Amino acid sequence: MKLWNIFKVTITLSFTRTHMTQQSLHKRNNKLAQSQQQLDYLSNGIFKNGELPTFKTKLSETGIAPLTANTLEILQINVGYMCNQVCEHCHVDAGPDRKEIMTRETMQQCLEVIKTTKAHTLDLTGGAPEMNPNFRWFVEEASKAGIKDFIVRSNLTIIRANKKHHDLPEFFKKHNIHVVSSMPHWTQGKTDKQRGKGVFSQSIQALKDLNAVGYGMPGSHLKLDLVYNPSGAFLPGNQVAMEKDFKHALLDDFGIQFHQLFAITNLPVSRFLDYLIASENYEDYMYALVDAYNPQAAASVMCINTLSISWDGFLYDCDFNQMLELPVNSNVKHISEYNEDLLNGRAIVTSQHCYGCTAGAGSSCQGSVA
Amino acid sequence: MQKTYYDPADLKKFSKISDWNEELGEKFFDYYGKVFEAGALTEREKSLIALAVSHTVQCPYCIDAYTGDALQRGITKEEMMEALHVSAAIRGGASLVHGVQMMNKVNKLEM
Repeated sequence: MKLWNIFKVTITLSFTRTHMTQQSLHKRNNKLAQSQQQLDYLSNGIFKNGELPTFKTKLSETGIAPLTANTLEILQINVGYMCNQVCEHCHVDAGPDRKEIMTRETMQQCLEVIKTTKAHTLDLTGGAPEMNPNFRWFVEEASKAGIKDFIVRSNLTIIRANKKHHDLPEFFKKHNIHVVSSMPHWTQGKTDKQRGKGVFSQSIQALKDLNAVGYGMPGSHLKLDLVYNPSGAFLPGNQVAMEKDFKHALLDDFGIQFHQLFAITNLPVSRFLDYLIASENYEDYMYALVDAYNPQAAASVMCINTLSISWDGFLYDCDFNQMLELPVNSNVKHISEYNEDLLNGRAIVTSQHCYGCTAGAGSSCQGSVA
Repeated sequence: MQKTYYDPADLKKFSKISDWNEELGEKFFDYYGKVFEAGALTEREKSLIALAVSHTVQCPYCIDAYTGDALQRGITKEEMMEALHVSAAIRGGASLVHGVQMMNKVNKLEM
């Protein structure tokens, strides 16, 4: 065989990794669907043999006191893990096959808290929050509480997925919802690879629909922000530079406008952890996170002003801890026994996944922190 | 004895070059850092140039570093590959353009 033919065979073999996620880890009975398995993985290997310092050690080495919760500012509610997409990097392991959906009773309990909380931001997430059958009722009720910033994390494609969701932009507008949507890249190739075939064109149409009712337009009070997270085992670039590139490309190519871009680091949890291990990127990725550790970012991580509520009403320091089933370190564990004063000052529960929030410019559900 | 000349872990030790000559090492890294700051060219453009040159000088450390850098900046693989073809074209052209010298010589010597 000629040298070039050997090359061709090799190239074809190594470049045909076209695996596309169709089902959640739970549905596939993957062992990483068990949170304890993930926690074990994150504590063993390079962190157990001392090659890399554990997150706790790193904090103390850099003079950061063990993290404790300050006054609550952001109440984040996960209304269910069901989603119309099965993104490869999803830390929720969300998908159409997930049946964990917040009930109206739990929503009722959340509403009691929303009415009395001193938090200025209410943040609904999922899954696709819109797939919860009581989503619209919940938004209508919650918006009556007059919280300053009411966020819904919408994956965009849900707006186009079914006729009954086509009027979501109008619905969001009516309740002055702040829409935050995922958009991993301004090109089809990178977007569809991470989020599934056809996601890009549907997302573009959904963004046009949102723009059409006033979302994301310059000077508009209807806030439309995008979330960028890397489509692979690398860290996000500078948020300001990425925002400039996104704005330029989306406006030039599609006439789309939006307000801010949040650059979010992928945390080694659930499907992203599974991807890191399967692609043999886990150790390099953890090295990259630890190398990029920034004490300034560590001092302003989101868990110190955020509380995450799961579909079944339990309380966590963040959505990642929720997926790892690490409950808050407090006597108050459930929304039914909610007491803000008791929760403030609690010690934050950490593991090695926390390095994802302290790398580089830091990462939170609101983007960079440092 | 080490089995290969290149070890990916060595890339992380690049800054240790200063250990044996602090003055020149620091001057180099100051210069290096300044070069990659946005100026008349954006950081993104400089990253693509660096990626192309990395292949021209066939530096595995540089290819490792600037491929990662390009991904972080959201540079697409289409852009990366086009940049590489620029370096390949110049490299190929550099060989081929010397053909004029060969032709001149042949034309001079042949009857």
